[in-house]
Amino acid sequence: MNPETFTVDTVIDAVSAVFLVVGSLMSLAAAVGLLRFPDLMTRMHAATKPQVLGLFLLLAALGLQMRTWWVWPVLVVAWIFQLLTVPVSAHMVGRAGYRTKHLHPELLSTDELEAVVQQAAGTRGFTDDDGDQPAGRR
Amino acid sequence: MMDLVLTITAVVLSLAAGGAIIRIARGPSLLDRVLAADVLLAIVGAALCIDMAVNRHLNNLMLLVAVSLIGFVGSVTVARFVADRREQPRES
Amino acid sequence: MNRKRISLRQELPLLVWLVVVWGALWQDFSPGNLLFGALIAVLVARLFYLPPVELGGRFNVLHAAAFAVHFLGKVVVASFQVLYLAAAKGPKVISAVVAVPLRSHSDLLVTATGHVTALIPGSLVVEVDRSTSTLYIHGINVRNAEDAEQLRRDVRATEAGLIRIMGSQAELSALNQELVP
Repeated sequence: MNPETFTVDTVIDAVSAVFLVVGSLMSLAAAVGLLRFPDLMTRMHAATKPQVLGLFLLLAALGLQMRTWWVWPVLVVAWIFQLLTVPVSAHMVGRAGYRTKHLHPELLSTDELEAVVQQAAGTRGFTDDDGDQPAGRR
Repeated sequence: MMDLVLTITAVVLSLAAGGAIIRIARGPSLLDRVLAADVLLAIVGAALCIDMAVNRHLNNLMLLVAVSLIGFVGSVTVARFVADRREQPRES
Repeated sequence: MNRKRISLRQELPLLVWLVVVWGALWQDFSPGNLLFGALIAVLVARLFYLPPVELGGRFNVLHAAAFAVHFLGKVVVASFQVLYLAAAKGPKVISAVVAVPLRSHSDLLVTATGHVTALIPGSLVVEVDRSTSTLYIHGINVRNAEDAEQLRRDVRATEAGLIRIMGSQAELSALNQELVP
């Protein structure tokens, strides 16, 4: 082995090591966010989103370690699957959380959806009576 | 160097998994628990990924995709249920 | 059943995606395998009919690459911001639900904008009003009207980038007219 390939190998190893550590730190960020944030919506920010970057870094490290070209499309497909699914599940959970009043109103600076919901509830009556709940609870 | 990386990531992921499990146990509502379970699943995925990178194999790749899809289907299903369920006890 | 015939050009992105997934699942990108994958992709697309996505008819690769780099940078920055918020602010963090009216009324662009917005940490799509194409976004650490305005501007910038990539010609010229004066 000549010295040049050796250094390239070391650089790739170092980069992927950094990627692995930072990627796992993103999981820790999710856990810290889960424990520290006050309500469901803010927890969701911490829970699902850093994982996008985390998985990206981990897959990149995996691709660098394997050193064959054909793993890259596989890894990209795995990552794109995550990109497609994460917003959908986050939106579903977030919508369910908003509709069942999982957030603390005192931690919101503005809520521009509430007026719309109340107006809609007043004109045609929501199926699950969302509109009357906040007035009764405060 | 890879041994060191493996140790660090193992500690970090264990802490993260511990945090997620605490939230599953404590979580005031069902949605919080679903969210925390989703995070736990993502941590399992991260662990699979790190194992593959350190040991240089690709055996778990499809398992990784399957795990993330299960997390997706699970949280969407529960989210749909909750939207219907949680109104009732407060109204009665 | 009144099935609209889909032109091959409209179906092509789906077929290419299916072939790539097929190759990835087999972890084998030899021409024979890809050809068989293409055969199965066409068969699946014919058998399991989905309503066609109405594409704008153009796709700008250059803008797409720039957008992807920009997006990745934003995700990295915002991830660390959320990490900082979780560690430093914790329970006292203030957020808001902000209504963002979008320019475009095509389902594809509204969906794509919502997706990209949701993927960037710190913003989350709570509700979509399809009739007025308004996104209701829950943003973390939005303390006052100024921050809300900033969030609104960010989302609309994302939408502008997406229009440049794959918006229809009419949307593109409307965007350019808005930006010039």
